[in-house]
Amino acid sequence: MKGYRKYFTKKIVWFLITLVAAVILNFVLPRMMPGDPVAIIVGRVAAGVNDSSSTQAIYESYQRDFGLDKPVIQQFFIYVKNLFQGNFGKSFSRYPTPVSDIIKSALPWTIGLQFPAIITGWILGNILGALAAYIRKGFDKVLMPVTLFLGGFPAFGMAVILLSVFAINLGMLPVQGGYPAGMIPSFSWTFFTGIIKHYHLPFWSIVLISIGGQSLGMRSMSIYELNADYVKYSRYMGIKDRKIVGYVFRNAMLPQITGLALSIGTMIGGALVAEIIFSYPGLGTTLLRGIRESDYPLIGASTLIITIMVLVTVFLLDIIYGLIDPRVKAAQYE
Amino acid sequence: MKNTLRQVFRSGKFVTGFVIFSAILLLAVIYPIISPGNPLQMIGLNSFIKPGTYVSVYDSLNTQRTYTFKLPGAAEKRIDSKLSNEDRLNIKDYLLRFGLPEEAVDIEQTHDLLALWWNNYDPELRLGSTIAENRYFARLDDKLAGIFESEDIEVGELDPDTGEYVRKKMVTETDYVNVSDVANVIRLPLGTDNFGRDTFRELVSAIGTSLQIGLIAGTVATLIGLLLGLLAGYLGGVADDIIMFFSNLFTVIPGFVLLILIAYSIDQSQRGVTTVAIVIGLTSWVWTTRSVRAQVISLRSRDHVNLSKLSGHSLPRLIITDILPYIASYVVMAFILQISSGILAEAGLSMLGLGPKTTDTATLGLMMDWAMRYTAHISGAWWAYYPVVLVIALVSFSLNLMNTGLDQIFNPQLRD
Repeated sequence: MKGYRKYFTKKIVWFLITLVAAVILNFVLPRMMPGDPVAIIVGRVAAGVNDSSSTQAIYESYQRDFGLDKPVIQQFFIYVKNLFQGNFGKSFSRYPTPVSDIIKSALPWTIGLQFPAIITGWILGNILGALAAYIRKGFDKVLMPVTLFLGGFPAFGMAVILLSVFAINLGMLPVQGGYPAGMIPSFSWTFFTGIIKHYHLPFWSIVLISIGGQSLGMRSMSIYELNADYVKYSRYMGIKDRKIVGYVFRNAMLPQITGLALSIGTMIGGALVAEIIFSYPGLGTTLLRGIRESDYPLIGASTLIITIMVLVTVFLLDIIYGLIDPRVKAAQYE
Repeated sequence: MKNTLRQVFRSGKFVTGFVIFSAILLLAVIYPIISPGNPLQMIGLNSFIKPGTYVSVYDSLNTQRTYTFKLPGAAEKRIDSKLSNEDRLNIKDYLLRFGLPEEAVDIEQTHDLLALWWNNYDPELRLGSTIAENRYFARLDDKLAGIFESEDIEVGELDPDTGEYVRKKMVTETDYVNVSDVANVIRLPLGTDNFGRDTFRELVSAIGTSLQIGLIAGTVATLIGLLLGLLAGYLGGVADDIIMFFSNLFTVIPGFVLLILIAYSIDQSQRGVTTVAIVIGLTSWVWTTRSVRAQVISLRSRDHVNLSKLSGHSLPRLIITDILPYIASYVVMAFILQISSGILAEAGLSMLGLGPKTTDTATLGLMMDWAMRYTAHISGAWWAYYPVVLVIALVSFSLNLMNTGLDQIFNPQLRD
């Protein structure tokens, strides 16, 4: 167990470090910008207000809300304390709804959409990539450019194309939203089928993009492994091809898990923008609304939650990696 | 060097990518020269005008010469343009609801069909199942009025003194004008956007700007990545630890979140193209750092580097002559990917409303953003966003293709 403990402790410590860094960055970056951030925000909020005394009042109330009259260090501790209480302040655009309520209602949609989609894309991409490396010839010749094209495709572009083809021209699926418009979320069967209908297009646009990105990596990895000495040796030994492919696939898989951990941030970023196209009620749309309506607390909370989501995923992937990597497993017998 | 280049241009993938990329680049460079004009000028007063050639009605009436053509099928075409197949089916639908037997209605026989329609259509009956359908039938009835007429049209002018119309010209069915005689003709290969700007011209200008953003972002990211990678790899020790700590940190903390936070904090008036590009570059150096560092570490203990060290060469000279040439291929490959991810990052940022200042530039992301804000996808204005998506995809595809081609040359294990 020693090897595992060491590995997991290392990963947990690293997770905590990144978490702290993310919180600090989320706090510092907006405050580090040249100029007075409050003035900029007030400038946006008060764009329609001509009266200078009310602008002044807005300015002061924001300054109080941010606690900008206190020293920076103290501001930071107030910020962290509020975070621990799940308090992100009140939304500017939907005053006085707490930001945490808005985030809480958006988060399940994003998690429910993105993780299944990214995992499906990852699995399909790996299978296709391994097949391309193994079969080569015609299959590879076709698949390679297609996945290269898909991999470089912007997620929102795929979303728009699927939307215009399947929802608008063919009218097969709903155009926007996460559930039928005018319906109150409940646990009824009709509501559930409505959700599934709205789920298709965002889901497949993310899946297609991830297939593109993942299969290329898997293809290179598998080609690399197929040329490795152990494969040649196994062939000379007369081991069945299918068994060899099994080994190759497993070895090529491991870097793919790391690859997923490294690219998950970018993938989630792309998928958030794809959410916007469908007005899917997730974090991407929430973030967009925050930006359009200059809702500063909402933006800060969304970016922090997105970061934490990515960090947790990376952490979980690291743990999974540790469980299946034979080298980590071997370390426990030392 | 010459040999490497020859090898590179023998790779099919690289050459394909290079050709696509150069074609896009040439379009962005040459089109503004052969057809100058402000890409952001709002020429149309309607939004999302569909692609096509627009001929001034005023000028075609005032053209000096008219020509007479007697074309077979001209009348049928005129009718078809007013009465689509869908309209015919809807008329049939109406007539069936009215109670006519199915065999009495033949949508191919225009005259019979319309005779039936005029005999039987009654707006009071409201045979459509929805209000929208009833309105459609009323509109259709208006549109069909006078569909078989072939009388000449009189063009008159109001005399301001007498208040009477004075006949100016008679236009007959068989009159044609040559398009080149008409003073004002606009060709809009991609229609206009929501502001009434020529989408094609805007797209070309946006390609230029977006490539510029990609280039600046890529250069910034590559320079930072190269510098940090060299430092970490060559110096090792504490410097390596610190640099690796930060690059590991920024590998997991998503770059686009930092991008959003920074871009939001910059006042919109200062958020120009260059600023956005630099910010993108500042958040995407991690990959270059990692790969440069890995390469430098493996180079550091090679014989030629040790020899150079023993000969007392200075550090800059050592890096330039003994290390850079060996990592050049990786840096170029990383640079190519940075350009493409920079363009994508700008597009994503603009879709969130954090792109470059919106009034005086067109970028691919901003075009996409405006098209979506004005729901071009729902109103069927494909020309406002499909070309943009296609261009982004092609640029990124061509760059990825070049990168893969290079990868296969410099990593022989991946070769076919």
